Amino acid sequence: MPVMDFGDALNLALREEMRRDPRVYCIGEDIVLGVPFGVTKGLVDEFGPERVLNAPISEAAIVGSALGAAMTGLVPVVDMHFADFVTCAMDEVANQIAKSRYMFGGQVDCPLVLRMPYGIGRSGGGHHSNSVEAWFVNIPGLKVCIPSTPADARGLLKTAIRDPDPVLLFEHRGLYRVTGEVPEAEALVPLGAADVKRRGRDVTVIATARMVHEGLEAARRLAEEGVEVEVVDPRSLVPLDRETLAASVRRTNRVVIAEEGPMRGSTGAWLTWVIMEECFDDLDAPIARVAGPNIPIPFSPPLEKFATPDADAVVAAVRQVLK
Amino acid sequence: MYAGMLRVRLFEERVRELFAGGRIPGFLHTSVGQEAVAVGACAALRPDDYVLSTHRGHGHLVAKGGSLGGLMAELYGKANGICHGKGGTMHIADASVGYLGANGVLASGCVLAPGVGLSIRQRKSGQVVLTFFGDGAANRGPFHEGVNLAALWKLPVVFLCENNRWASTTAGALSAAGGSIARRAAGYGIPGDSVDGNDVLAVHDAVSRAVARARAGEGPSLVEAHTIRWVGHFEGDPQVYRGKDEVAEGRRTDPIARLEQTLRARALLDDAGARRIRDGITAEIDAAVAHAEASPLPEARDALTDLFAYYPWRD
Ligand SMILES: Cc1ncc(C[n+]2csc(CCOP(=O)(O)OP(=O)(O)O)c2C)c(N)n1
Repeated sequence: MPVMDFGDALNLALREEMRRDPRVYCIGEDIVLGVPFGVTKGLVDEFGPERVLNAPISEAAIVGSALGAAMTGLVPVVDMHFADFVTCAMDEVANQIAKSRYMFGGQVDCPLVLRMPYGIGRSGGGHHSNSVEAWFVNIPGLKVCIPSTPADARGLLKTAIRDPDPVLLFEHRGLYRVTGEVPEAEALVPLGAADVKRRGRDVTVIATARMVHEGLEAARRLAEEGVEVEVVDPRSLVPLDRETLAASVRRTNRVVIAEEGPMRGSTGAWLTWVIMEECFDDLDAPIARVAGPNIPIPFSPPLEKFATPDADAVVAAVRQVLK
Repeated sequence: MYAGMLRVRLFEERVRELFAGGRIPGFLHTSVGQEAVAVGACAALRPDDYVLSTHRGHGHLVAKGGSLGGLMAELYGKANGICHGKGGTMHIADASVGYLGANGVLASGCVLAPGVGLSIRQRKSGQVVLTFFGDGAANRGPFHEGVNLAALWKLPVVFLCENNRWASTTAGALSAAGGSIARRAAGYGIPGDSVDGNDVLAVHDAVSRAVARARAGEGPSLVEAHTIRWVGHFEGDPQVYRGKDEVAEGRRTDPIARLEQTLRARALLDDAGARRIRDGITAEIDAAVAHAEASPLPEARDALTDLFAYYPWRD
């Protein structure tokens, strides 16, 4: 299987889908040159400026126009530049995109994708580094996925583009240069299909995006002590694959839920409830959570490090549920 | 256009009565007095052209040719309303006539419109999209973003500001800097027309020019139509913020009476003709009300449908 990085896998997915379906187009700030993460680099050479649209710095118009286009026959893929900026188009996402199909009684489809580069790292500071997926999981009418590997990123983006509903794809910017095998074949990843990233019998770590890698690192360290950690990646939060998560917990009976976003009001809190509902009788210990502190992401490296949940935090949480 | 304006007027008046009688839930904004804008504009469009509307959108939908029965049943919150009771007065859409939605959020249509324009261009369908918005809405950011984008990319969009002098209880003069919405067009390098919005022919002319320009690939235009809202911002609004003289002025400049006079002066309409038109419309509205009254309310569990086109899961 070819090896490529996460960003190139997304670029490949865009190329493949734009070749397959002439209705698909990309829009965003600076996407012709693929600034800042390179995902859309070179697309304009193959598809031209009519399908790779550099937009003015007008988040509301970028996202709102995507809905107008989606309702009338196109399939827009919006690059949000940094997910933090989605607040400038929050009406368009939360009121317009999420609700149009429902309020209009199913009269219109809304096949669009919002690519959401997000996440902590490299002193991006408070306006460029936050994990905001929980905001959108709380909005009925949106599908939300969050890949951790290049293969999943490509497969999920392709599925998202083919989906008749609005899908948000959260791309952790710390993962863009992470490499992995990507299948030669199409390899769509369905929404609502979790993936067991590592087998283990003692503790289930449910983790998303960058935290999957921290979870795997924690598992390697703990394996040296004879503790076998299973790492399960939901891959999409809406819809959620409850069955795969629950089946893992029924094998291990102990759970750590790890995410990067703030602890309060988070997706991890919701997953905790899902596990309680599905597996309360199977739990041998209270669920432990790893998440960020309830602060905006700070700038200075030691402060940023404080705000970054890592493998150490996962190791500590695993020890806690094993006590 | 005479019949069109009368259809909007009589529909809105009936809706007000039904609301006062407790038949229609929610909070209701009607467009009594503003008919010339809806009708003059929609008459300049092809049936397959698109319209994006506002919280005060019934008139726009009636003028675009939406079914009165489907609209009325939706206002009642009935299961066979055009949106199955999910939308209601401020969130109605009727895709079958290109009406892509009223909007409960002011100016949102201004940013959806460029996307509709992009899809028109990509499909080479020769359509046009017209978005209505109020003078109050023109002070929100999406208005500026939408006009800029459409102008930048020469998209087939018509921005139509329905200036009825008030944004809820706040006078336009106290909220819009520069004193004119139409003049803002200059900043984006597009035509900005200011017309008497109580003169249906003037609205029709201005919008027709804008539509022709859009269809010819020359890009968007902004039209500001000055009109008067005869009734409260919402039904039940005590209107303490304005004088009675303004409503009297509205009635003096009634767009329907005005066109009727012109038609009679040219012997295009007589008493019998006027009565026939009115009776025909009244019968249509009676039928719409009967349809809405006879329709069932949705089942509570219907609240869980229509969220997604494709559900791969069970919750
Ligand atoms: C973004 C947003 N802010 C506030 C409101 C509340 N609101 C509803 S109608 C209205 C006044 C609108 O005035 P205008 O745009 O001139 O339209 P008109 O009511 O005069 O037709 C306000 C403030 C809203 N619906 N959306």
